[in-house]
Amino acid sequence: MKEYDKLIFEISKPGRKGYQLPADKYGVDGMSAIPAGLMRGEAPELPEVSELDVVRHYTNLSNKNFGVDTGFYPLGSCTMKYNPKINEELASLPAFAGLHPLQDVKSVQGALQLYYELQQALSSLAGLKEFTLNPYAGAHGELTGLMVMRQYHKLRGDDKRTKVIVPDTAHGTNPASAMVAGLEVVEVKSRPNGSIDIEDLKPLLDDTVAGIMMTNPNTLGMFETEIMEIASLVHEAGGLLYYDGANLNPMLGKVRPGDMGFDIMHINLHKTFSTPHGGGGPGSGPVGVSERLVDLLPTPRVVKLDDGSFDVVYNGDESLGSVSTFFGNFGVMMKAYAYILSLGRDNIKNVGPMATLNANYIKESLRDLYKLPVEGPCKHEFVFDGLADKSTGVTTLNVAKRLLDFGFHAPTIYFPLLFHESLMIEPTETESLETLDEFIDVMRKVAIEARENPELVKEAPVTTAISHPDETGAAKNPILSYKAMKA
Amino acid sequence: MLDKIGVGSVDELYSDVPEEVLFRGEYDLPEGMSETELREYFTNLGKKNEQLTVFAGHGAYDHYSPSVIPHLLERSEFYTAYTPYQPEISQGTLQYIFEYQSMISELTGMESSNASMYDGATAAAESMFMMVASARKKNRVLVSSTLLESVRKVIATYMKFHGVELTELPEKEGETDFTAMAEELAKGDVAGVMVPSVNRYGIIENLEGVAEKVHGAKASLAIYCDPSALAVLKTPGEWGADIACGDGQTLGMPLQFGGPYLGFIACRKDMLRKMPGRVVGATTDRNGKRCYVLTLQAREQHIRRQKATSNICSNQSLMALYATIYVALMGPQGLRDVNRLSCDGAHYLYDRLIESGKFSKVYDKPFLKEFVVKTDLDTAAMAARLRRNGMMGGVEIAPGVLEFAVTEKRTKEQIDRLITVMLEEEK
Repeated sequence: MKEYDKLIFEISKPGRKGYQLPADKYGVDGMSAIPAGLMRGEAPELPEVSELDVVRHYTNLSNKNFGVDTGFYPLGSCTMKYNPKINEELASLPAFAGLHPLQDVKSVQGALQLYYELQQALSSLAGLKEFTLNPYAGAHGELTGLMVMRQYHKLRGDDKRTKVIVPDTAHGTNPASAMVAGLEVVEVKSRPNGSIDIEDLKPLLDDTVAGIMMTNPNTLGMFETEIMEIASLVHEAGGLLYYDGANLNPMLGKVRPGDMGFDIMHINLHKTFSTPHGGGGPGSGPVGVSERLVDLLPTPRVVKLDDGSFDVVYNGDESLGSVSTFFGNFGVMMKAYAYILSLGRDNIKNVGPMATLNANYIKESLRDLYKLPVEGPCKHEFVFDGLADKSTGVTTLNVAKRLLDFGFHAPTIYFPLLFHESLMIEPTETESLETLDEFIDVMRKVAIEARENPELVKEAPVTTAISHPDETGAAKNPILSYKAMKA
Repeated sequence: MLDKIGVGSVDELYSDVPEEVLFRGEYDLPEGMSETELREYFTNLGKKNEQLTVFAGHGAYDHYSPSVIPHLLERSEFYTAYTPYQPEISQGTLQYIFEYQSMISELTGMESSNASMYDGATAAAESMFMMVASARKKNRVLVSSTLLESVRKVIATYMKFHGVELTELPEKEGETDFTAMAEELAKGDVAGVMVPSVNRYGIIENLEGVAEKVHGAKASLAIYCDPSALAVLKTPGEWGADIACGDGQTLGMPLQFGGPYLGFIACRKDMLRKMPGRVVGATTDRNGKRCYVLTLQAREQHIRRQKATSNICSNQSLMALYATIYVALMGPQGLRDVNRLSCDGAHYLYDRLIESGKFSKVYDKPFLKEFVVKTDLDTAAMAARLRRNGMMGGVEIAPGVLEFAVTEKRTKEQIDRLITVMLEEEK
């Protein structure tokens, strides 16, 4: 295929256009009524291209991308499962796509019913009382959930609870969300196996603690076996438990966060419920809460009335406020609900176990060549601390880049921070045994290359469109637009 | 597989889970549906919705969406990828984000744009944080009460929890009261001010001299704006703002019952390192080939944790691609035409309503595609009548005050029919 590296601005030709609009319709010149002082001085410098130019340009760009549809994408903690195509079709149905968010509720009963049913489905799957679907992404869900936590203490007049406990292995969004929510972060140490050190936790639990943020399984993919003890310690100290749903996938069919004592959680619909990651978004991060926290959820909320119809509540005395302009990423919710309905009550129970089976299979097939820092069955993902043979000088970054040459996306690297050479692998349940075996073969091959021909691995990737971009230079002298590039 | 792992069953992989938390019940869900059943289920839900001809805006606009866009968005190399952590196999995503940033910079007249935000309201709240972070020991921000209430509500929530003091500036004849702003600024504790370009009444605010006043008080100015309208209206850059933020739904995105839309933030170069979110920069690879990478990551949560500029760890990437393709197709002339046709239609409707004698002016101020009028007619009966006739009229923003929006998608016939139905006597 021919190499294509033009920017859309670079194929612009004055006067060319890619749209069709009707001619004047009204015999009115509305813009003449706007004073010149309110108008822009010069037209923006935007591309002038034909429809075909646009189609070829973005099709060519898409060829430089790697998605789940291209190949195996074992990016740990991101749950890159297959995105069923029927969900895309349903989310674009005109009967939903054309709805204005401020339409009379009587004219959007189908949309509200879908919204309500998804809230109910997530509540049942999570073992919690109610969900809000307003948050737009995982980190946005964390922020919303922590606002619920603070609102709870505030309404009780317990103003001194300003700290939140976060494990030192947590996703970076946890402490960052706490900061945005106005909470002070207190780190709790992890044991070498990644689980929370209860002895380190106990002295932290005083009357200034609002709660704790956890994932379970934790960042190493290991189940926190002492979760019930942690839950009772935190509750006894007057705090709440927040569940980061980033690692929910292996729990589907096996464990519900609510049953483990969690009071608040978020779900990443784009992870566990198969909506596409979209190159970084849009996602959706619904937040679920236990019964005592329901009235604190953000507005708007969708409720079912006694007559079976659906309504929107825009204000609540105890509500924390609003975190979204309207109802959240409705289009994403439609896809998640389609996924839940297609699996149904029984098949959805296989999601967690099959994801766990796949992860353990890879782990056991590679542990002789890669350093496994923690023993025992993992859940949906696990972490290697780089190659077992540390004498080669080949790093986790080199291994990750070499995988690209073999047509695989790299795992998550250098996270968690517990190890120097973290390589975090999450296969998800949607991959076949054949794909897992192919990946295992390639991982083994790379480990052997590292020993026999380390330079080859360090040079990788060699088959990709670009190789070894200068990231330091990019940060030192930021060029963030076409205009800056031309200057 | 079980042999390789050395267990006898999949259940054994959960043997570390305490017995009391293992889920043994049934989920409250229906039986699994086949593709046919699923399609039927959604189609039936869809029948409970009414697809109306929309004459409302108030934060969501029914603009024309070129057919090309969904076709290109369906390239699964785009939509099944994640954040471009591996630049070697993500140049498609990285390049379109670079193009997106370039377009947002052009439209807003600002130097630097990030890779996008969740929506306009959250972009506005994060812009407030940027201004507080840029100020020295000042923790109060001002927001004009002429900004959309849905946006102000989110700002208020974020400020309340983060511990930033928020003061709403009153309005004066439908615009921000800049005398009141000057009084607040004089107190010396204001970090930033946010005002709308086109406000909640559809009025294009005159922001002459505002930046000077704000900067004179050592505060920053953020302008909340509509990127589509900025193809013709004076830009935040021209007004002298430090930050431009808003919602990009107006760039042809489907209404979709409120989302997904697109938040954006662009700023002057000196505020770049306070900006939240992903940013893409141009660089070269080892063979000297031009390429794109995520950059300035030292601001972000995965590096800085609680010291990050924000907790955001994604963008609204696919909607940024939507906006990029839309702007590429429309170009400067197309965007101008969209605004002209919308503006003509809005003025046509406005003039007819006033002429009818049943509606009267609320303000006599310049507007583009959205405006308010007041009436003594029974608005509830009118809205019901419109709905029966397949239309959504103006949003009732106060008793008897209706806000209408007209886009280039509307026709003269549709507007005439709207007026006829609105003025009908209730039988």
